[in-house]
Amino acid sequence: MPRRVSIGLATILIVCALWYAATAFFGIIPPGRFPSPAETWSALVHVSVRGYAGGELTMHVYNSLRLVVMGFLFAIATGVPLGLLMGWSRKAEAFINPIFLIIRPIPPLAWIPLAILWLGLGDAAKIMVIWFSAFVPSVINTFAGVRNIDRPVLEAAYMLGMPKIRFVSEVLIPGASPMIFTGLRLSLQASWTTLVAAELVGAFYGIGRVLSVAQQDLYPGMILVGMIAVAILGWGTTRVLGVAEARALRWNTAALAAKG
Amino acid sequence: MNRQISFTQSILLGFLGLACFLGFWQGMAMSGLVSDIFLPSPVEVYERFMALLDRRFAGATLPGHLAASFQRFAYGFLLAAAIGIPLGLLMGWYQLLDEIVSPLFDALRFVAPIAWVPFAALWFGTGIGGPIMIIFAGAFPPCVINAYRGAKFVDPRLIEAANMLGTPSRRVIMEVLLPSSVPSIISGLRVSAGLGWQSLVGAELIVASAGVGYMMVQGQANIQTHTVMAGMVAIGLVGLALDSALRGLERYIQKRRGLDH
Repeated sequence: MPRRVSIGLATILIVCALWYAATAFFGIIPPGRFPSPAETWSALVHVSVRGYAGGELTMHVYNSLRLVVMGFLFAIATGVPLGLLMGWSRKAEAFINPIFLIIRPIPPLAWIPLAILWLGLGDAAKIMVIWFSAFVPSVINTFAGVRNIDRPVLEAAYMLGMPKIRFVSEVLIPGASPMIFTGLRLSLQASWTTLVAAELVGAFYGIGRVLSVAQQDLYPGMILVGMIAVAILGWGTTRVLGVAEARALRWNTAALAAKG
Repeated sequence: MNRQISFTQSILLGFLGLACFLGFWQGMAMSGLVSDIFLPSPVEVYERFMALLDRRFAGATLPGHLAASFQRFAYGFLLAAAIGIPLGLLMGWYQLLDEIVSPLFDALRFVAPIAWVPFAALWFGTGIGGPIMIIFAGAFPPCVINAYRGAKFVDPRLIEAANMLGTPSRRVIMEVLLPSSVPSIISGLRVSAGLGWQSLVGAELIVASAGVGYMMVQGQANIQTHTVMAGMVAIGLVGLALDSALRGLERYIQKRRGLDH
């Protein structure tokens, strides 16, 4: 086992042992403040089997995941083309950029009250704020990606008289894709933060709803279960995106390897 | 790339873009297609913003709410920088510390800062302690990561030269490692100020009884869309001011170092 992995495992084991010692064994941390491992486990069983905050764990996870995926895909579908357009045409950039400069400093979370006013506490408001938080990084990074494409590549495409559709699909998108994926990773993180915040402010289901009910019930075990669920979902979706990135950029790493 | 355009053209197009955006908004608001309650016109939002400057809403004027928010932000941000930067630097210099802390840090990183709200409320209450912890949770990771990168990717030739000349290790840290990590640390501070400010807004939406986020929640509860939008404008302006202040610091340091060498 490499040194890094063994030290990492040892650390995590020690922290778990300390957790057990401080909460259950010595009782240094009072149970109302932070749950013991046993309390966390019983909270997990509680939410998975009997349900909590209006549903079982699988339903909450499904709802949160569904909203993030929908908002995120919607943001990609609108943000990436806009970024391509702004990167490709100086006129579009000059036209759209000032609007961005006004909207960008407003953090996505600040849109939550407006989304609730407009669309209520249901799915539509959540999708709107997730879309908003994921849209801005996808546009900016796609734009930067297009501007970073080597000039000779673009000039060659022009000189060879490439039709516009093929130019977009075979030059612009592949050339910008490393930056596009950087933007998507940022978008995904922003999506989760925004969703959890939106669900904490007001929702009927979802992990954020579990957290908010657990907070009102002073139920530390359930709070920890909710946080772990958020972390696992964030990590899992990031991994899926990483796999997609590795696949989409396969040609690119092959090209890099060939270059030596 | 498409044809280049002249500077005047880009300014004109920019104004045209803004005019279209504001004109569309004003038009939608005035047309009566959308109720005025839900979509106030830009003019109304501006008027509300000016009115809030000296009229109380939800317990304070807008500057009062901003002051309350900013105080929390400053505490949380400074705490994150004071703990995060030294931790990141030490992780960059001492491999063992890096190997011990990294797995914990990576596990915690995936917890969205806002998910700390319930524990923050439980541990530190909803007054000033809870929101500070949320800001800390948002601002801490970029401080650590950038300080770590700054310390880890110091040009090895500099360290070798210092070692060869027999520089004592305390002086290597103070005079070689620290100065060369500064640019990365400052850019980390910029990221963390942005994330901290956004986390503060989130925290105030959920648990707080003062601050600009609280004002927006009250505006939402009273169906005062113009108050909510005025709050968004205020948040955007403060965020912009924070970012340009740190950007100024970044430039100042770069310039000074340019002159030093």
